[in-house]
Amino acid sequence: MSDPAARFVALEGVSLRYGGAAQGTLAVQGLDIAIRRGEFAAVVGPSGCGKSTLMKLVTGLAPASEGAVIVGGHEVAGPLKIVGMAFQNPTLLPWRTTLDNVLLPLEIVEPYKATFRRDREKHVARARALLATVGLAGFEGKYPWELSGGMQQRASLCRSLIHEPALLMLDEPFAALDAFTREELWAVLQALWMERRFTCILVTHDLREAVYLADTVHVMSARPGRVIETRVIDLPRPRDLDASFAPDFVEIVQGLRARIAEARAEQLRAAA
Amino acid sequence: MSPRMQGTVLPWLVVAAMFVVWEIGVTAAGLPPFVLPAPSAVFAAFAEFYGPIMGHAMHTLGTTLAGFALSVVGGVALGVAVGSSAVAYRALFPVLIGFNSIPKVAIVPVLIIWFGIGAVPAIITACLISFFPITVNVATGIATVEPELRDVLRSLGATKLDILRKVGLPRAAPYFFASLKVAITLAFVGSIISETVGSNEGVGYLMIQASSRFQIPLVFAALLVVAAMGVAMYLVFAVIERRMTFWATRGIDAAYATGG
Ligand SMILES: Nc1ncnc2c1ncn2[C@@H]1O[C@H](COP(=O)(O)OP(=O)(O)O)[C@@H](O)[C@H]1O
Ligand SMILES: [Mg+2]
Repeated sequence: MSDPAARFVALEGVSLRYGGAAQGTLAVQGLDIAIRRGEFAAVVGPSGCGKSTLMKLVTGLAPASEGAVIVGGHEVAGPLKIVGMAFQNPTLLPWRTTLDNVLLPLEIVEPYKATFRRDREKHVARARALLATVGLAGFEGKYPWELSGGMQQRASLCRSLIHEPALLMLDEPFAALDAFTREELWAVLQALWMERRFTCILVTHDLREAVYLADTVHVMSARPGRVIETRVIDLPRPRDLDASFAPDFVEIVQGLRARIAEARAEQLRAAA
Repeated sequence: MSPRMQGTVLPWLVVAAMFVVWEIGVTAAGLPPFVLPAPSAVFAAFAEFYGPIMGHAMHTLGTTLAGFALSVVGGVALGVAVGSSAVAYRALFPVLIGFNSIPKVAIVPVLIIWFGIGAVPAIITACLISFFPITVNVATGIATVEPELRDVLRSLGATKLDILRKVGLPRAAPYFFASLKVAITLAFVGSIISETVGSNEGVGYLMIQASSRFQIPLVFAALLVVAAMGVAMYLVFAVIERRMTFWATRGIDAAYATGG
């Protein structure tokens, strides 16, 4: 409880209501979660349960209506300034080349911003190296519309990591990709994480994805969302696709699936 | 014929066909030139009065461009304000709509009282009539930045100004350049309206003078010159648009190139 590294990201009894206090939508309620420094956490749950809301709470983009949000030992009061984010939509800027898209955070985040022009050569070298590790060597000069969806998402990952954030937030980053590309990107993301060990929160509705990538999987209830189960995944790393068809892996996925089905059934009963 | 060549050739064919039908219609119906002159009479008038027509046309071009330049500056400033601030949007947008609904011809007499006969009322009218599309387009480009992208930038510590500079303005550029094509033709309308109501120079003045002397072919010749200047300016800004925002029209050229 007192060890700050064990609670690098912590939500304590958090609720958030969109819109007016009385008639607004209660998106999450009584949300408790704790994530270690350097941990890879996945959040799964039915659609509309408040997963994206959780991302906004952690990054300070939306203030909690109740409860406390703590990141790095400090209560979050406004947007954090050092987070990397990637979404289902790659949101690359179409007027910038892939390389310049990846460099964008360095033009904004301190301490890079102040010296960006002077150190440009160094940053470009770093961005090229990062692009190469995700398999985009040779595409630095291409514009986003010249890349496939999977390549755009790789570039988006690079953009979220170029400033070496302590915290990476991924909101269903692979949801719009075909199954083959998605599984390729699991390996890419795992390799990046194993190399750099940033703290990562991955929102997904793909249970195989969650189990493949995460140290812990948090299952959320239907709206208003809260964490109803936290499952530690102690499978050895690096994990690969073959491992994802092994019995122990499949068993974990089935267990999570059953838990979500239960949560949805409860919700349907409550609605009836 | 490629679609691109169609774009250059077909408009000329349409114009030529229009002149032919017009010529035949006027001759067949036996209309007198002071009701509707035939194109041949219009061209004859153009050749006869070439010097004065071009002199007045250049004056109109000057006032139009001056008014247009003002409207670009003002329109962009207003568009940035309205597009990046919800408060400015709520405060200004209804006022802008109301202002844009006023027929500008109604303002010209007031401008003439304030500034006298001359170029100033024409410049101001050209500006007032043409800033609105620029403002709306710039505001739209800035206001429609994807929320996710905004979140990415805010979680990097980006200020509102950072977001405007890195995303809002570049994103608004295609909207802006598209609006310039519309705005420049409106600016012509504005300066000519003003010259028609009160001026001693410009195409509008020339047309009023000519029609009061029943020189209807000259009126039409002036009209054709105005139309030609409008098209020329439109094309200039279309080229600028292509150059500046190639990334927004991506694929269109490719589609043209592959099309039969
Ligand atoms: N900006 C908003 N205003 C009002 N309601 C919202 C807003 N964002 C999300 N919601 C609502 O809050 C609930 C949770 O949304 P979200 O966190 O996006 O769910 P998820 O990402 O799990 O699908 C949903 O019912 C959604 O309709
Ligand atoms: Mg979501």
